[in-house]
Amino acid sequence: MLTRRDTLAIGLGASAVAMLPVAAAATPVDDAIAAYTGGAAIAEGGVTITAPEIAENGNTVPITIEAPGAVEIMLIATGNPTPNVGKFTFGPGSGAPMIATRMRLGRTQDVLAIAKMEDGSFASTSVEVKVTIGGCGG
Amino acid sequence: MISRREFLQASVAASALYGVSGFGNWSKLAAQQVLTQDDLLRFESFGNVSLIHVTDIHAQLKPIWFREPEFNFGVGDVRGVPPHVVGREFIDMFNLTPGSADAYALTYPDFVALGQAYGKMGGMDRVATVVKAIRAERPEAIILDGGDTWHGSMSSYLSRGQDMVNVMNALGVEAMTSHWEWTLGTDRVLELVDQLNFPFLGQNIFDAEWNEPSEDFPSYTWFERGGAKVAVIGQAFPYTPIANPGWMFPEFSFGIRDERMQEMVDEVKAQGADLVVVLSHNGFDVDRKMASRVQGIDVILTGHTHDALPEPVLVGTTLLIASGSHGKFVTRLDLDVRDGQLMGFRHKLIPIFSDVITPDADMAAVIDAERAPYAAQMEEVIGHTDSLLYRRGNFAGTWDNLICDAVMSERDTEIALSPGVRWGASLMPGDAITREDIHAVTTMTYGQVYRSEMTGETIHTILEDVADNLFNTDPYYQQGGDMVRLGGLGYSIDITKSIGERITGLTLLRTGEALDPAQTYTVGGWASVNEGTEGPMIWDVVEEHIRKLGRVSAEPNGSVIVTGI
Repeated sequence: MLTRRDTLAIGLGASAVAMLPVAAAATPVDDAIAAYTGGAAIAEGGVTITAPEIAENGNTVPITIEAPGAVEIMLIATGNPTPNVGKFTFGPGSGAPMIATRMRLGRTQDVLAIAKMEDGSFASTSVEVKVTIGGCGG
Repeated sequence: MISRREFLQASVAASALYGVSGFGNWSKLAAQQVLTQDDLLRFESFGNVSLIHVTDIHAQLKPIWFREPEFNFGVGDVRGVPPHVVGREFIDMFNLTPGSADAYALTYPDFVALGQAYGKMGGMDRVATVVKAIRAERPEAIILDGGDTWHGSMSSYLSRGQDMVNVMNALGVEAMTSHWEWTLGTDRVLELVDQLNFPFLGQNIFDAEWNEPSEDFPSYTWFERGGAKVAVIGQAFPYTPIANPGWMFPEFSFGIRDERMQEMVDEVKAQGADLVVVLSHNGFDVDRKMASRVQGIDVILTGHTHDALPEPVLVGTTLLIASGSHGKFVTRLDLDVRDGQLMGFRHKLIPIFSDVITPDADMAAVIDAERAPYAAQMEEVIGHTDSLLYRRGNFAGTWDNLICDAVMSERDTEIALSPGVRWGASLMPGDAITREDIHAVTTMTYGQVYRSEMTGETIHTILEDVADNLFNTDPYYQQGGDMVRLGGLGYSIDITKSIGERITGLTLLRTGEALDPAQTYTVGGWASVNEGTEGPMIWDVVEEHIRKLGRVSAEPNGSVIVTGI
């Protein structure tokens, strides 16, 4: 099975082979991920996102993220013009590494949560949230 | 030892082979033209718990014609499996006899001819007769209503749901869940819920501000019946604020929330539930997926997508029941619940043939009283139809073609958009069209017909958006309606493609020209979910149009070409 990690690795390999000017080709999302992880590998899973499959209101979409063992959670809306939604840091007194917030989604897109673990490794999960015109149901 | 799963599957196989579901029996009797009330009701009691399920009645108090869909495509994993089976395939799959009463009730072929033989279906006074008969035999039978009850008729519109609340209280319903109820607005919903003799359930109804379960509506309720502890968990339509105007009930949020459903199942099991029933308005495919993700549900009483299936569908050990719509059917499900386990079942989808089942006198009196204040205006004849008028199906029905014509002609537009709702009764060729017949296919609290201008690109985007609500291969992204109906436009759709790629060949039928993405067109439509939409009500527009024509005739117009099926 091709995991996200493999996909990312293949992506890197491909760009290296092609000798493309990576910085110029990178999307704001790639930039946001790279800026956060410093290019480190990201494991798939270990992060749970609870968000509506279809947003009731794209202007205020509730989302809950849980990442046991995380010291930080980075939330990225991959389809927004400015993908960075927020970075949440947990200290020793924080209790469970869980956050609940709301965000604005400009269109249907994947929402990505990257957790930084105590050992410095990264894990992530993404979910698709649809933003629709509405109506015509029933 | 036979495992529970094997037992259930054995039961299903048996019901298919020997008619344990009771369905094969009345099929045979109907073929012999000896359809009687006793035959329709015949059911050998089984086990210790009985469920009676009705859903999506859409406020149809009186018997109606209702043609089942000719097109009901499934995509992805559910392609060609029930409920995405229609017509002759359906007849073959469930071993029905073509031309029999069951084929008439469950499928579309020869609908007009068979209708003359078998008559209208439904009527809440007939439903009451069936419920009373079951309860006479099984006094502890639990009566559950899947919602879409307070909407769909002229009297429910004018009484703002009061007629249906009174009728369902009189029927003895013991729990319900919801969808179109919400289009009455928060204040009215709360007012009517107060009048119910039973709980208005929804584990997925949340307080929108705090994103926490609403304290106004319980997640589940309990019944101690036949020595078993039965938990019934409610699941309202997840996309109510998206498919319908959310501004009418901004205090509430919905969603599928299957993690919370799992919590509720675990919670009732921890409290000793012997049987876990979900009373759902998810829609069949969403329920099928939920049953595969949430562990421990014994029975899901499905709703929303208006499917009528003569036998349960099994997902793992969860039974999915589909009881049709518009009062056409009542499901009786007898269950053997022992030692905290469902050991077996007997099922019957009881068709409500209005000419065969005697109306219950008490309920008939309640219905007459509810209709009395509006009877004169409801029963006024506006015109006549020379052709079959129906709506149900993935793409436009003849009623929709007539409604789109009315919008284009009365609002002077090039294009009309009409919502792909699954409710709306049919009319037979030759029938008078009364004002309440028009309401039965148009009534709603946001029926204003707007007139606006849209670019070809915007129209294309709308069609792609709605198509993805219907043909997304992940049922959790489906909203359970049918495709938006169009007047003045033709198109091709490949239902296997993804959003943005399904719709091609948009053509203005009047000129035969391709729709220009950059050009602006005049568009009329109704059922906008936007607050402040202005225009005359759709039923007045349709009435005006029919009145001018006197006699109408609407044929399937063949303007949609479907591929990928």
